[in-house]
Parts: sequence; structure tokens; C-alpha cells
Amino acid sequence: MSLPVSGAESHLITAASCAEIDKWVAKYPPERKQSAVMAALRIVQEQNGGWLSDGLIAAVADYLGMPAVAVYEVATFYSMYQLEPVGRHKISVCTNISCLLRGSETVVAHLERRLGIKLGETTADGKITLKEVECLGACVNAPMLQVGKRYLEKLTPETLDALLDDLQGDQVNG
Amino acid sequence: MSNLINIEIDGITMAVVPGSRLIDVADEQGVTIPRFCYHSKLSLAASCRMCLVEIERAPKPMPACSTTVTEGMKVYTRSPKVIASQRSVMEFLLINHPLDCPVCDQGGECELQEIAVGYGRDGSAYGEVKRQVVNPDLGALIATDMNRCIHCTRCVRFGDEIAGMMELGAPGRGEHMHISTFIQGSVESELSGNVIDLCPVGALTSKPYRYRARPWELQSATTISLHDSLGTRIVVDSRRGEMMRVVATEMNDPESECWISDRDRFSSLALSSEDRLVQPMIKVDGQWQSVDWDRALTFAAEGLQKVINNYGSDALAALAGLTQVNEEYYLLQKLLRSLGSNNLDHRLYQVDCNDDATAPLYNGFGQSPRDLERSDLFLVIGADLRREIPLLAQRLRSAARHGATVMSLNCGGTPERRVTHPAAALEINLSPQALVDELLAIAAALHPSTTAKTLTKQLAAVTVNERQQQIATALKNANHATLLLGAGAQSHSQLSLIRQLCHVIAAATGAVVSFATIGGNAAGAALAGVLPHRKAGGERLERSGLDWQQMLAAPLKGVVLLGLEPELDSVDAASLMRLLKASEFNLLLTPFASPAMYDYGDVLLPIATWFESAGSTMNGYGEWHQISPALPLYGAARPAWKILRVLGNLLNLSGFSQMSIEDCRRELQAASAVTPAAVRSGCDGEMSAAYDAPSAVLPAAGELQRIAALPLYQSDMLVRRSAVLQQGAIAAEAQQVAIAPSDAEALNLVVGRAVELSQGSVTAQLPWQLSRNLAAGTIYLPTGVAALAQFDHGNIAVRGV
Repeated sequence: MSLPVSGAESHLITAASCAEIDKWVAKYPPERKQSAVMAALRIVQEQNGGWLSDGLIAAVADYLGMPAVAVYEVATFYSMYQLEPVGRHKISVCTNISCLLRGSETVVAHLERRLGIKLGETTADGKITLKEVECLGACVNAPMLQVGKRYLEKLTPETLDALLDDLQGDQVNG
Repeated sequence: MSNLINIEIDGITMAVVPGSRLIDVADEQGVTIPRFCYHSKLSLAASCRMCLVEIERAPKPMPACSTTVTEGMKVYTRSPKVIASQRSVMEFLLINHPLDCPVCDQGGECELQEIAVGYGRDGSAYGEVKRQVVNPDLGALIATDMNRCIHCTRCVRFGDEIAGMMELGAPGRGEHMHISTFIQGSVESELSGNVIDLCPVGALTSKPYRYRARPWELQSATTISLHDSLGTRIVVDSRRGEMMRVVATEMNDPESECWISDRDRFSSLALSSEDRLVQPMIKVDGQWQSVDWDRALTFAAEGLQKVINNYGSDALAALAGLTQVNEEYYLLQKLLRSLGSNNLDHRLYQVDCNDDATAPLYNGFGQSPRDLERSDLFLVIGADLRREIPLLAQRLRSAARHGATVMSLNCGGTPERRVTHPAAALEINLSPQALVDELLAIAAALHPSTTAKTLTKQLAAVTVNERQQQIATALKNANHATLLLGAGAQSHSQLSLIRQLCHVIAAATGAVVSFATIGGNAAGAALAGVLPHRKAGGERLERSGLDWQQMLAAPLKGVVLLGLEPELDSVDAASLMRLLKASEFNLLLTPFASPAMYDYGDVLLPIATWFESAGSTMNGYGEWHQISPALPLYGAARPAWKILRVLGNLLNLSGFSQMSIEDCRRELQAASAVTPAAVRSGCDGEMSAAYDAPSAVLPAAGELQRIAALPLYQSDMLVRRSAVLQQGAIAAEAQQVAIAPSDAEALNLVVGRAVELSQGSVTAQLPWQLSRNLAAGTIYLPTGVAALAQFDHGNIAVRGV
């Protein structure tokens, strides 16, 4: 008979993810295993199809022996973590100072108009999520955005249109 | 001292301790530096930037909180550069702060308001829209208005560092950062209310106090909280005699701890509860009547006289609660003893009184608070400290943070009761019987030379395992070890044996035996002589009266109850109720009247609570505190000492002519002056085997040993009646019956279905839950709750339904 005793959430993390998290934990002294929190969140996010549920956040907290709210702080601080389900492609538009000065507002307006969604939303067909992010460190070629793991820089209406055509035709795999 | 260094602040040279924080030095010297995020009891955040000062040769202004003083440092706190910085920081902090001071509860005592007036400027360059933040629901105690938050993170650091559970956090980034919990819902820390005092703005305010008063209307009075034996100082704010709120004393006082528990903060809301007794009442021919004081006191005196005339004074007894002042206890025992009875007790949570002849005056800490906190090893024995004395758990966490080791032998507890931060070095759950065996083994591992024959035999028969050997070695190697015994030990049916074993261990290791005294003024009750075997002052009597356990079996005909709700305030309320129902005349001096009291009582006399009383108290460390009334008397209630004095007069007893409470105190002090200091501080360690340790009553098949914990928010009459404390997770623990997973499996219990509990003729079907914090063979069945009060502290037969 297995009895449900509350508290342990770690079972939400798959064995493969655990093994990968352990590699990161091993890089730090034993009493500092919470240093692996960012990697752990990234790993379980990938395991979960690109987003973090409350349960997974609690699971990471449990796994690394941290207060759940501290893990939640990390998950909400960095824009690479998603707290809600996302589309197949995630477009992260930088609107920080350099990009702002170089016209990121126009970029956002263009994307919103073409996709028919606002920042933070996903298209009805579930293909594309539009997200506003802080500086991604490519100020030299502002304005920029990130799609999947790829950076697109010195954006113009033409490059944006080409990108959207590609994504909507599912030609690009982010 | 020669190792001081010289610095200069605003042109004044001063010698300061190297390594001090600049802001602390300035505070000591009376130089005002504004600040929001800095708090002397919390870690540094240095995020608000309000404490910027100019330091010679530093290119930019520096935050005084995170700057350490160095030799020759020249600091300017009011230079043009500093004033400009302060104005800019203030303007920045106010960008998103709403201008709603007229409807904000913090208005008038708001650090932001005051510093804005003192250091800000009148306009702002910011003309855009202010951000809006969702208010998290933090339960019944804390109101939130997060638009007002300036992100100082004091509340977050408090949870992490002091309360030992990080419940609030600062999720989000930049403009999106806000203070919130992870999962919406109440915060569950038993110290949560301190964030109300900590918050420098009106973001976190007291929910019960919301919109009730303005700070300038309040009258403040300092008193002592009697909800636990630490004697924490509290400030009671009232308006025109009406209780408004309780707050902690000055937050930045470096000498004292500035935290209070939620129990201390919110219990006072019960002072005007519906149960409050406002008029003397007597029962004539089975009918209750409200009467004036003359009639009630005459009726009471006649009732007592009748019991003595008909049955003799041995048929008379008195029991006292744990939240009265010393002078009241003193007069109670004087009244009883003048009437010829020594049947007095206040230890209704102590089952085993067998070692009264050798035990110290009371179960006290036996060392000063400072010494206790300096311990480098705590062996916590049968204590659920978070639920017994929340601030003591906090002191242990603090000691652990500073390197002390905590080992905990738990006797079962609430689901979340991690004492330490970081976690205890060792934490095991033991059944009451296993706890005794563990202590026996630890004692045996130390090869003590004990004089008690029975114990020597028992120790020789024990086999010591590796863990027990480790504990013994750790105790021996520690510089200052403390054996800290909690309610699980003090309410244990073999307390006398546990006490003796602890003294054996202490003698072999140099550890100090410390009892986490149960009850706010239990020490005062003992010193004042509310004991069957000791007079006021602590001197032993040649002929003892009955202790409360013996009373249960005696044909008592008259009982005086002082500040006690016997149907709940005991580990054996069921037997106590039988005693009272069999008694012919029960006189109650009580601030509250419960329905049960109307059943077994004959006279109800309304008394002042300690919020409304003058007098003195003695905490578990043996320290005296004097209190004066923080609030006026409620209704027709009178201080208990006056009632007892008049009763003495009406019964024609001599020695009841005290004109003031000071007169009573002088009598008690004169009596205590002859007792040795060690007895007065409760650490009289003289132990011999001149008593019979009771043998354990082991559970039969299908039975579990009861863990009769006293829930935090059921601990006394006042707490129980505080409506806000009765909401939320901690209050819910009082209604829980919990069983360890292994027992549930062995007894074939089904999760989600009720269990049938039986003990003698008592049977009840109750919901239950699994707890990982219980040893096998035990059942967590709280005391202090009406639904469970029919069970005594013995073993309980458990069966699935």
C-alpha cells in the first residue's frame, strides 16, 4: 500500500532530468547545491515542453533543498523561463534601452500587427508566442530579438516579415 | 580600549570599534541617517540607497549600511552632495508610491512619510502612470497593499533569516518585481506578524487593526506577554481605554530582541469576546443570577465555609491557571492555607509529580537567557518548540546560524516544525517510551557514577547503539551543552525518571538541564506557593497537601479555580471535569465564562486579565518583571487579588488587610528572601532516589501511545478566543488527529475514512491524517480542544471504520 504523504514533489522530475541536474550539482560544493537552480529550471522546462508549472518549480525546490519561493524568484526573474504553456516558437523581443533607442517599439508593433496578438500572448494556432524580454547582450546590433536559440539583429520590417513567413510555414526549427 | 579607531562624522571626531558598520556608529553617536532597507537584526540588502553619505576621497556617495568604518575615515551626512543624493533617491522611491496617505493605516507612523518630509523635495519629474500590483492574500493577520511597497525586502529577509521559513519572496524583475508568496494563500509562520512592524511603508499592515485608529490617538503601555514563559515585552496601544493593537517594543533597540510571536500580537483581540464575564454570577437552586459584588462575595464565602463545616478543610482545594500575577497566586494559597488546606496546584500539564520531594521549585530554564543562547550544543528533548514557545525556537535558530549544533529527540509534533535553520544535525522521532530508553542509553554511554540503585541496575542493562554513543560524545565534547526539555518531556508519564536521567547526563558532561517552562507565569505560581508541598517562597512543607493527580481520586467538596478553564487547560481535562462535577461548591475567578463553567460552577467572579492587571510575574529564567495595567478594567471585573483579600476578610481570616498590590508583593518577597537563589531560578539540582519512578504503561495490541500536544493557538483562555488566530493552518492543527504511516498500514486504516478511537468507556469517530513527524506506535491527539477533551493522556485503542 502506498500512502500519499504530502511534501515530496521531486517525483515530477524524470530520471533523465535528475541525472542531468546532478551533473550541475556536482560542479558546486555540497552545501551550495542551490547554485544549480538555473540549470535545473532549464532542464525541467525542456522536459515539460518549454514551460515551468508550479509543481515543477516546487519539485526543483525540493530537489535542491531550497524554499519554493526562492526558486520562484529565479523563475520569474529570468525571461528564458516560461511560467505558462508557450507556442512552438518563442519570439523574445528586447525592449531594453539600446533596442528602445534603435526602434524596438516599431518592431513590437509590427510583430503584434502581423500576428494579431499582444506581447505575452500566443497565436490561436499555437505556433508562435511573442514575449518582451530584457537585454540579451546584443546591443551593438540593436534592435534585436531571439527566436528559439537564434539571435536576429539589426531588425527591419523586411527581416521581420521573412522570419514570420518562415515560422508560419514552419520552415524554421527554433 | 586601545583597539579603537578614529573617524570623523560631520566634523566630530569619535573613537569607534573597527569593523563596525558606519550606520550603526552614526546611530550610537546620535547622527541621523535615513534608511529603509537596513535593519540591525537582518542581513544587509543595501538596495534602497537612502543611507547614502559622502566619504572623503570616495568618488561617489556610499551607503552607510554596507560601509565599514576605517581609520581616519571622514564622513559627511549633510553635505550638498549628500542632500542632493537623498532628494534624488527619495524622488525615485516615490515614483510608484501612491499618494494615499490619508487612507493608509501607516499614515502618521510611516517611515516613508517621515523621511519624505525630512529629506525629499516637494515635486517629482515623473509624470507617467504609476504601476499597479496585485495584492497577495496573506491570511487573516496581515493586510496587503502592494502598490505602496518600495522593495526594501525587510519582510523577505525576516522570513528567511528569523522566522526560519521563507514564505514571502520578491518574484519578477525590475518594474515587475513585487513581494508575494509562491502559492497564493496565507503565510504560516508563527512569527509572521513581525513583518507588520518591519514594513517601513503601508504595504503590510495589521488586518485586524485596519482602519480602527490613527497612531496619534493611541495611548501606549508596555507590559509582559504571559502566553509563554519567556516574558516577552509587548506594547499595548489603546484608544480611550479600548484595546486597539499590540506591537513589539522599539524595533531598533540593539540590546533587546524586537520580535514578538503572533500569539502575543493577536491574542488581545479576545479581550472583548462574547464569553467575557462582565458581572458576578451565582447559582441559586440551579438558576444563575447576575448579582452585585457584595452579594456574590458573601455567597462565595458562605459556600466555602459550608464545605469546611460539613466536610473539614481537607475537602477544599484550589487550582490555578498559568497567566495570573504572583501576588494573586500568593493570596490564593494564603486563603487556602489559612482555611487549613494545602491542596493547591497549578501544574495541570504535569502528570508525574512523584519526585516533588527532590525536584526543583519549578521546571525552569536553570540558566540566564544569555547563557542559554551561548550554548554550542542543544539536545532538545520532547519539544515541539515552534508550537510551544515560538520565540525560543527562533533563539535556537539564531544560535544554530552562529554555529551551535542542535540535536532533537522529538516526541512527535506538527507536520512542519523544523526548529533550526540550517536543519538540525540530528532529528529523530521517538515514542514516549522510546524517549526514555534513548535517554537511558545516552546516560549509560557516559558510564555515570549514580547513587540511585534502581537506576544503576537499569543503566547496566542497556545496550548502547552508535547514535546514542555519538550524542553522548557530542555532549561530553561541547563547551556548553544544554538539555532542553519541552512539553513532551514535562507532560510525560515518567517525567521524574526523565529528570533524573537528565541530571545524570548533566553530571557526567557538564551540560545544563533546561526546562522550557510551560505557561506564562508557572514559575510565579510555584514561587508564590500554589503547590501542595511548598509554602510561598518555596520552602518545603512537612505535611504536603494533595497534588492535582491525587485530588482526582480524593472526595473533594469545594474547589476554588483561579484563571483556569479546567475543561481545556489540562492534559487530563476529562478527570478534572469528573472531580468538579462531584464537588459540591466550585468557586471560579475567571475573566471568561464558558458554557461548561455554567454547568459545574456555583459562583463566577469576573477578574481582570493580565492586560488589565498590576503585579509581578516571574519568567522561566527566574527573572521578575513588574507590570502595570495596560488597559482599564473590563465591565464589573476586579483584579483577582482584591477579590481574594475580601474573601479572606469575609471568612474572618487574619493577614488579609493588604491595602495595595505592593503590600501583597512585599509579603511574597519577604517569604522568598529566605529561599536560596538556585531554588528561585528553578535549577535546584539536588537529585536522589527518594521517590518511586512510575513504570510505563505500554500500549497493548491495537493501541497507540498518545502524544497530547498543546496546540499553539489553544494554549490559554485568551488565545483560544482570538478569532483571527483561529483561522489558518496553525489553528487547524488543533483539530487534527495524526498517525504515522507505518501504524496506519499495520492497523489497516484507509486514508480519507474516519478512525474509531477508544479509551475506557470513551469512544469517538474522528477524521485523521498521516504524519511523517510521528514515531511508530504513537497518535497525535491534541489537548485544549473540546472535541478531544474526553480522552486522558493514556494509551488509545485505534480501529479503522
